[in-house]
Amino acid sequence: MSKQEPAIPANDAIGRLVQEFSKLPGIGPKSAQRITFHLLRSPEEKAKDLAEALISLKQRVNLCSICCNVTETDPCPICRNSQRDSAMVCIVEQPQDILALEHTGVYKGLYHVLHGAISPTEGVGVDDIRTRELLARLENNTVKEVILATNTNMEGEQTAMYLSRIVTPLGIKVTRLARGLPFGTELEYADDVTLTRALEGRQEY
Amino acid sequence: MSDPREYQTEAVVIKKTKLGEADSILTFFTPRLGKIQGFAKSLRKPKSKMAGHLELLTHSTVSFSRGRNLDTITGAQTIDAFIPLKNDLWLMSCGLYIIELVHQFTAEHQENYGLFQLMLETLTRLCQAENKELVLRYFELHLLESAGYRPQLRQCVACHKALEQTTNYFSPAAGGILCPDCNLNHPFSYPLSLNAQKVLRVLQNDDYSAADRVKIDAVLGREMENVIGGYLKYLLEKEVKSAAWLDTLREQRLQFKRNA
Repeated sequence: MSKQEPAIPANDAIGRLVQEFSKLPGIGPKSAQRITFHLLRSPEEKAKDLAEALISLKQRVNLCSICCNVTETDPCPICRNSQRDSAMVCIVEQPQDILALEHTGVYKGLYHVLHGAISPTEGVGVDDIRTRELLARLENNTVKEVILATNTNMEGEQTAMYLSRIVTPLGIKVTRLARGLPFGTELEYADDVTLTRALEGRQEY
Repeated sequence: MSDPREYQTEAVVIKKTKLGEADSILTFFTPRLGKIQGFAKSLRKPKSKMAGHLELLTHSTVSFSRGRNLDTITGAQTIDAFIPLKNDLWLMSCGLYIIELVHQFTAEHQENYGLFQLMLETLTRLCQAENKELVLRYFELHLLESAGYRPQLRQCVACHKALEQTTNYFSPAAGGILCPDCNLNHPFSYPLSLNAQKVLRVLQNDDYSAADRVKIDAVLGREMENVIGGYLKYLLEKEVKSAAWLDTLREQRLQFKRNA
């Protein structure tokens, strides 16, 4: 740790922007400086575009009233799309998970975003994630299958098991994404839980 | 004496904190090094070779390489994954409660071999036992003992007289049972039925095989849970977060086997 005086005072325009950038995830003081000076050198329109994009991000993006995904229109494009199968709802922890699933192009149903996962040791309970919205949605009987696509870590598993408990009594089929070996890995490094589940879930080939 | 640059230990993961894009900081409880922390690079990427061996509630052999601030985890191999705990909502929640208590009641680098053994035994028992609540109470009482907070259950903590065979009072502030007379001088205490006193003494003094034979009904179980829970909360000066979750599950009667 160097104890030198900062070269850029924190209260001038450059210093302020550097500080703001370094608050972002994955950006340290050096990257923040690099981005700031890059913007300083680039034409004014570019900086304006960035500023406008930032402002419209907060002004225009809301949560879809059906699936709780982030969206600019309500309902979101996925919920509005009549081509998609409204009898299937895939439950994910965060909006980025939808991007990953959509990228596969395999799934044609709808989604529900929980915005978190149950974590007893962090004090995140059922009411802190969007379960109430999910249950309200399942009440109108159009959904036939719920796919639990929460993470396979402790929090995601807890959330999946909990949701399975409360959704199954509604007479809806509950499935969980297959848990086994990821593509491109070596068997020797797999852990017991993964291998056990991979064996249990093996398929005819 | 200089420490070796790399070292290996048995450990149970008791806490995980996300760091940056895909890294994690893990807290372990170990038999000889006490509670330690380690840095795991890229643990949250799907291709991490260690992720499955470094999940919460997993007993593993872990290798570390010394770093300036945090030691880096260089390898991990599962000893016992406690798979039943990972397939059942109620058991998993009990397990998380156990490790949260261990985390709260220990300081870093303080060796406590007895507590490590107790924790492992408790997790193993959760995988097997019928009477899960009793397993938790047994753990709590022995955790308190190993942390230096053994509650006095034999005699009144204030006047030191033998306790009458009647409803007495448990005072978290006094650290044990008070007779009805002394209880008048203590503002906050729980009434404790004779049966609860007896069961708590058995749990505190006998080994688990004897304690396991005790039959308790729901009311008695709830009473003991409240009293010990209150004592734990008093000592920690805060809520045990996963205890609140266990309460939620109890209320919703969700502690049945998955797929049952």
